[in-house]
Amino acid sequence: MGSATSELPSHRTPLADAAETGLKIVIVGGFGVGKTTLVRSVSEIRPLNTEEVMTQAGVGVDETRGVATKSTTTVAFDFGRISLNERTVLYLFGAPGQERFWFLWDSLFSGTLGAVVLVDTRRMDDSWYAIDRLEHHRTPFVVAVNRFDDDTTRYSLEQIRQALALSEHVPMVDCDARVRQSGKDVLITLVDHLYELALAQEATP
Amino acid sequence: MTRKPVDTGDPDRLYTVTGGRSRADDSFDLVTLIVSECEPKAGMQSEHARILDLCRHPTAVVEIAAELKLPITVVRILLGDLLDTGRITARHPRAARSVASLPDSALLKEVLHGLRNL
Repeated sequence: MGSATSELPSHRTPLADAAETGLKIVIVGGFGVGKTTLVRSVSEIRPLNTEEVMTQAGVGVDETRGVATKSTTTVAFDFGRISLNERTVLYLFGAPGQERFWFLWDSLFSGTLGAVVLVDTRRMDDSWYAIDRLEHHRTPFVVAVNRFDDDTTRYSLEQIRQALALSEHVPMVDCDARVRQSGKDVLITLVDHLYELALAQEATP
Repeated sequence: MTRKPVDTGDPDRLYTVTGGRSRADDSFDLVTLIVSECEPKAGMQSEHARILDLCRHPTAVVEIAAELKLPITVVRILLGDLLDTGRITARHPRAARSVASLPDSALLKEVLHGLRNL
């Protein structure tokens, strides 16, 4: 599942005592697309896993068939972190794109800087729902295409943009989630995009 | 996901940890940094003591949840107890919490600079 192995030491690495501001970026994608791999390649800590429990009242129209206890359902996610400087630390969350996850978006990821939609060209359909929900939540995002070794089809970014009906304003980038520099480039593409959006917003009286 | 849901799948256990409460203080963001203001003491609820131990250095809410293997909501409840009694302080994110507003360009520039220097 891509979240089990760990080369990094398992003891905790504390933040600097001056750390005062936490920031969030969310990486959304279907099962097995490489979210945890991307988090691991750029994180300064071994990716950790945590979860949130929804009570039935929060489940809404979610499908709960097959869930043993009626009262709660659980959404799990991985995360890593990058200390940007002594004061500021960026947390990266790898989040499942599945339907029930979006009920927790506002309680977990409101205030997120932006999102990366990680796409596997063999299972592009998995990305539709995530893109739709991000647009609904008005969260700025970029699309990163994880080029696996056996990505023989090599759809161009332009073909993928058309297949996903993405607006031309959404930046797209190729990546190899296993490679640190490539993961960094994905994050820089996103923050560059956010920076442009913020400048444009600040220029509007 | 490597961790079994057994840790959190038992509502009875969560009920015990939180003293029956299920409403959390949602002022604690996932990335609010928590800092202990005192040492753990004998006789404290073990989860409270573990949080005070963890947060000798600033520690995000989500990291506390991962270390304690408890859901976010439960951790928010426990942190509320500690904050109310002055045993921790919380450094909240300065990014806007409303859903659709962008942080200011100065903050984003700082983030870009940090990422490029990794």
